[in-house]
Amino acid sequence: MLRLATNERVVVGCSALLATFLAAVFAAQLAPYDPNAQVLAARFGPPNFAHLFGSDQLGRDVLSRVIWGSRVSLGVGFSSVLITIVIGTAIGIAAGYGGGWIDGALMRLVDVVISIPVFMLLLTIVAIYGSNVALLITFIGLSAFPGAARIVRAEVLSLMPREFITASRVIGSSPWRIMVRHILPNLVPIIVVSATLRVGAAILTEAGLSYFGLGVPPPAPTWGGMVADGRTSLDLAWWVSTFPGIALLVVVIATNLVGDGLRDVFDPRRAHLA
Amino acid sequence: MIPLVIGISVLSYAIIILAPGDPAKLLADPEKLTAESYISMRAELGLDDPGPVRYLKTMSSLFTGELRSFRTQQRVVDAIGERLPTSLSLGILAILFGLVFGTLIGAIQAIKPYSRLDDIGTLLSLTGFSLPHFWFALMLVLLFGVHLRWLPTSGIRPVTSSSWNPLEMAPYLVMPTIVLGTGLLAYVARFVRSSMLDALGQDYVRTARSKGLHEVAVIIRHVLRTSLLPVITIAGFLLPLLIGGAVVVEYVFALPGMGRLAVDAVFARDYPVILTITIFSSIAVIVGNLVADVLYAVADPRIRYG
Repeated sequence: MLRLATNERVVVGCSALLATFLAAVFAAQLAPYDPNAQVLAARFGPPNFAHLFGSDQLGRDVLSRVIWGSRVSLGVGFSSVLITIVIGTAIGIAAGYGGGWIDGALMRLVDVVISIPVFMLLLTIVAIYGSNVALLITFIGLSAFPGAARIVRAEVLSLMPREFITASRVIGSSPWRIMVRHILPNLVPIIVVSATLRVGAAILTEAGLSYFGLGVPPPAPTWGGMVADGRTSLDLAWWVSTFPGIALLVVVIATNLVGDGLRDVFDPRRAHLA
Repeated sequence: MIPLVIGISVLSYAIIILAPGDPAKLLADPEKLTAESYISMRAELGLDDPGPVRYLKTMSSLFTGELRSFRTQQRVVDAIGERLPTSLSLGILAILFGLVFGTLIGAIQAIKPYSRLDDIGTLLSLTGFSLPHFWFALMLVLLFGVHLRWLPTSGIRPVTSSSWNPLEMAPYLVMPTIVLGTGLLAYVARFVRSSMLDALGQDYVRTARSKGLHEVAVIIRHVLRTSLLPVITIAGFLLPLLIGGAVVVEYVFALPGMGRLAVDAVFARDYPVILTITIFSSIAVIVGNLVADVLYAVADPRIRYG
């Protein structure tokens, strides 16, 4: 714990994430305006004291929309990674522990999904099946499971020959008990690190889909969607695209910082390599 | 590899065939759609056959090149053939950009670890793979297109031209290459840094130094050469990212490549085109991995498969 608290990256990243979380939770209190209130007289209003980040093509306050947009990014980012991790861990343990044909079948499935360029697949799926938040989270979460499954499987394989597993088997523990009581707890560090490192990618994926108009449907403010709003008016209103993108960049850097820091802490042998 | 391709094709086909909505209704002009023309259209598109039959028919027409776009009736292979050179040029330029500058940054970091320079490099690569492609692209457009007016912001060549003249096309490819290559650069820089730091601690480096070799020679001949080898292995993992990035980059910069074709097809629900591009790019990923494995075995005599 002490090493966590003194790791510079974890501290910086966590602070930024915490700030974003607070912004997301207290969006209604923090945002100076209604994110969807249109003031047509203020269309493309440049940043000023009343509207720190300016106004967009419908005269909506960009700052308020950036604050509200954090809900979608964090919500979709973290929940989809939860799905990735649950499915990836289950498949990884089953493959690593089960071995033989179970391992073969599951890993071939992983090979298939990992070979398909994920972003294109997601564009297609979301375009076809529509995009409400729950579906979006499920699709983004599912699309990333192969990577998680491979990492977990490799770790399980390295645990299998250890004495405590053999000991547990010798005293007659059921496979289920070995997997849940002995293997799973030892996977926690690697799962935490890989989950954290995946959040950034999930947030970027959601933003990318929103940029194509395929993310969380409007009028909900999403950072990706806001960047897209400003793309045709870059020459007269740079602020519409710029600020939501900066928010996106900061949050993704923060999650990656935390992930890197956690890896250093959990795996000090490789810390200098990170 | 063949079972893998079959798996991919079944999965992509299943995703598309299970889609709600009727392509026949989507394609037909609603004004002119009558009961008879609807039935004949369904038959023409082969929508009435059972799933597995449709799958086999579609796959055989895909691999014989007879599959046609719903929208333009153009053969999908031809449509891809037209777009492929653009995507390939962009991809190769981005890979070169990422490899060259990534190696450079990673090497500088490894030579002076824990220095100010190292920190800057770490920050650069952290930013590099946290950047949303679409936003980075717009920011470059804002700077180099709108304000400085140095570079054209869309298309791949002047509208008046249609040839593959590298001189004419170069300014159009600068920004797309930077956007697509930056993520790659970040991964390569990180990888080269850690792999070089590993190598710097090895005995053969101490030997090289102690026999009085110049430090530059030690770094280039002994450290860099061995450290660059494993970079090949990340190629396989980065290829899907590169293809996904190309979809965004080609869309933002209006480049007539495969990514752009894919996006247009997705929005038009042009299933034959989507299916072919998905399978095609997946095969590219598999072949890329295979090539990386072979290259690695060729480059490193310690590794022998089989």
